[in-house]
Amino acid sequence: MSILSVHDIKKSYGAIQAVGGVSFEVEPGEILGVIGPNGSGKTTLFNSILGQIKPDTGRVEFEGKDISGGSPLELSRLGIGRTFQNLQVFGKLSLRDNLILAAQEHTGTFWGRMFAPPDNGLADRAQEMLDLFRLNHVADLPAGSLSYGQQKLVDIAMAFMPKPRLVLLDEPCAGVNPSLVDGLRELLVELNRKQGGSFVVIEHNMDFIMKLCHRVVCMVEGKVLAVGKPEEIQGNRAVLEAYLGN
Amino acid sequence: MKNVKLLSTQHMVFLGLALGALLLAPSMLKTYGLYLLSLWLVYVIAAMGLNLTVGYAGLKSLCHAGFMGVGAYTVAIMMKAGISFWIASPVAIVICFVLGLAIGFPALRVQLHYLGFATLGFNLLLVLFFRNEEWLTGGTFGIQNIKRPGFFGMTLESNTSFYFLVLAVTIVFGVLLALLLRSPWGRAFAALRDNPIRAESTGVNITAYTLMSFAIGAAYAGIAGALFAPLVNFIEPAPFGISNSLLFLMMVVIGGSGRFYGPVLGAAIALLLPEYLRFLKDWYLAVFGFTAVAMMIWLPGGLLSMKEAWQLSQAKRAAKQKQIAEAAASAGVKGAAA
Repeated sequence: MSILSVHDIKKSYGAIQAVGGVSFEVEPGEILGVIGPNGSGKTTLFNSILGQIKPDTGRVEFEGKDISGGSPLELSRLGIGRTFQNLQVFGKLSLRDNLILAAQEHTGTFWGRMFAPPDNGLADRAQEMLDLFRLNHVADLPAGSLSYGQQKLVDIAMAFMPKPRLVLLDEPCAGVNPSLVDGLRELLVELNRKQGGSFVVIEHNMDFIMKLCHRVVCMVEGKVLAVGKPEEIQGNRAVLEAYLGN
Repeated sequence: MKNVKLLSTQHMVFLGLALGALLLAPSMLKTYGLYLLSLWLVYVIAAMGLNLTVGYAGLKSLCHAGFMGVGAYTVAIMMKAGISFWIASPVAIVICFVLGLAIGFPALRVQLHYLGFATLGFNLLLVLFFRNEEWLTGGTFGIQNIKRPGFFGMTLESNTSFYFLVLAVTIVFGVLLALLLRSPWGRAFAALRDNPIRAESTGVNITAYTLMSFAIGAAYAGIAGALFAPLVNFIEPAPFGISNSLLFLMMVVIGGSGRFYGPVLGAAIALLLPEYLRFLKDWYLAVFGFTAVAMMIWLPGGLLSMKEAWQLSQAKRAAKQKQIAEAAASAGVKGAAA
C-alpha cells in the first residue's frame, strides 16, 4: 500500500488555476522529488496536502486513510511532518527547546504533559538530532540568533524529531550555502536509511534532487508533466523544454 | 531525563533574601505600609496570571480587572451568606476559570487589537453587571464589612496575620506558575506566542492552549480578587473597571512581559511609584504617566530587559565603530595607492 496517495487535487485563485488535477503516489521508504518552474503550483499542492489550504477538489490518502481536509494538527498527530519554504523556527526558544517542542505533543496526554518533566523524556532524542545535524555548539542559543543556514537545519531537524512516517520538505536548499548542500543531501539519505519513512521534496536545485530522489514528479502550470526516475526526467524533452524553453 | 537543577545558587540566594525581607516587613511597617504591601502581593498574583496570557501565550487581554472583580464578589457574596472563605475562594477560582475559558473562544477567531477590544467589551459587561444587579452585588453601594477569614481556630483579622496569608498564597501560586511554565505546557505557550502556524504543524493544539492560557490567567485573577475583598473589607464596581485592566497590563509590560519576575516588579512600580510621587500633588499622575511612556520608549521589553538592552546597545556601538574603522582603513589604502 502507498504511504501517500494524491488524487486529482485542484486549486484555483479566482481565474488562475494554481493546481489543475494533480495525482501521484509515494511508496513506503521512497524519496519523491517535486520539481517545476516558479509558479508551477508546487507549494500550493504541498499546502493542499498538508491542510494549510483547502483544495477545490481532490482526495489525499495517508496509509489508505482519507485525510482530505485534515488540519495541520491532525496530520502532525498521524505522523506527517513538514518543513517550510520560509524560516519557521521559534526564535526566542533555544535550539534544544525547538527540537523538544517539535516532538513533545506526540508523547503522553494533554493533561499529563502539564505534570511532565520539562523535556517530556525527549532530551536524548534532541541530543541525537543535535549530533546528527552537527548543531551541538549552538544547542542552547535562541534559535532566532542563528544564521539562516543553521535555522534551515533546525527547521528540518524539527520535522524529523517525532520520527514521522512521511515528511514533506519545501525547498530545503533555499538560502543554504552551496557548500553545505551536499552535506544536507547526505543527511537526508542517512535519515531515510536510519529512521525509515518517506519524503516528498520540493526543490529547485536539480543536482540535489536528482542525486537524492528515487523518483521525480515534474509540474508545469499546475499539472504533472512527467513522472519517472531521475535519469528519465533528466532526459525528458518536455521537461527540458519547460525549464529551458523551446 | 537528565538531572536538571531547578534553580541556580544565585537565584536561590536572591529568593531567600526576598523572602526574609517579606517576612520581616510587618515588624518595620505601619498600618498603611502593610496594607500597601498586601495589596502589592494581591496585584502580583493577578499580574502573574495576566503575564501567562499576554506575556507567555502572546494573547491580548483587557478584562483582567473584571475577572478579579468576579473573584472578589464571589467571595464577598458567599461570606455574607455565611459560607467559609476557604470554600468561597476555590469557588471563585473555578468561576473565573470557566469565564476565562468562555472569553478564550473569541481568541480562536480574532487576534491582536481585535481580541483586545473583545476582552475590553467583556470587562465592560462585567462592570455593568456589578453595578446593575443590586440584589446580588449591592450595585454602586457595593458590599461592606467583608470579614477576614479564620484559619484552624486562629483569626486572621489583624493586618499582620492577613498579610502572612496573602504572602503564603502568593508563594504557592508563584511556585505553581513556575512549575507550569517549566513543564512542556510552558514551551507550548511560547510556541503559541512565537509562531502559531508552525506550532500547529508540530502538533501543538492551538485551541486547547489558547483556552487554557485565558482560563488559568483568569483563575489567578480570581484568587487575587478573593484576597482583595477581605483585605479592603469593602468592594464596589470601580476597582474592577477598564482602567484597572489597563493598569494590570501596564504592570506586565513595564516589569517585563513573558518574564517570570516581570509582574512582581511591574506591580511594585504601578502601585508604589504613585505613592512616592504624591509629594508632587496635582502633578503626580502626569509625572507617573510620563515615566511610563519614557520606559516604553527606551525599554519596550520592560525593566527586566535592561541588561539585554544594554548588551544590544554595546554590540551595536561596537559594530558601528568597526564599520568606521574599516571604512577609514579602506580610504587609507586607496589614498596610498593613488
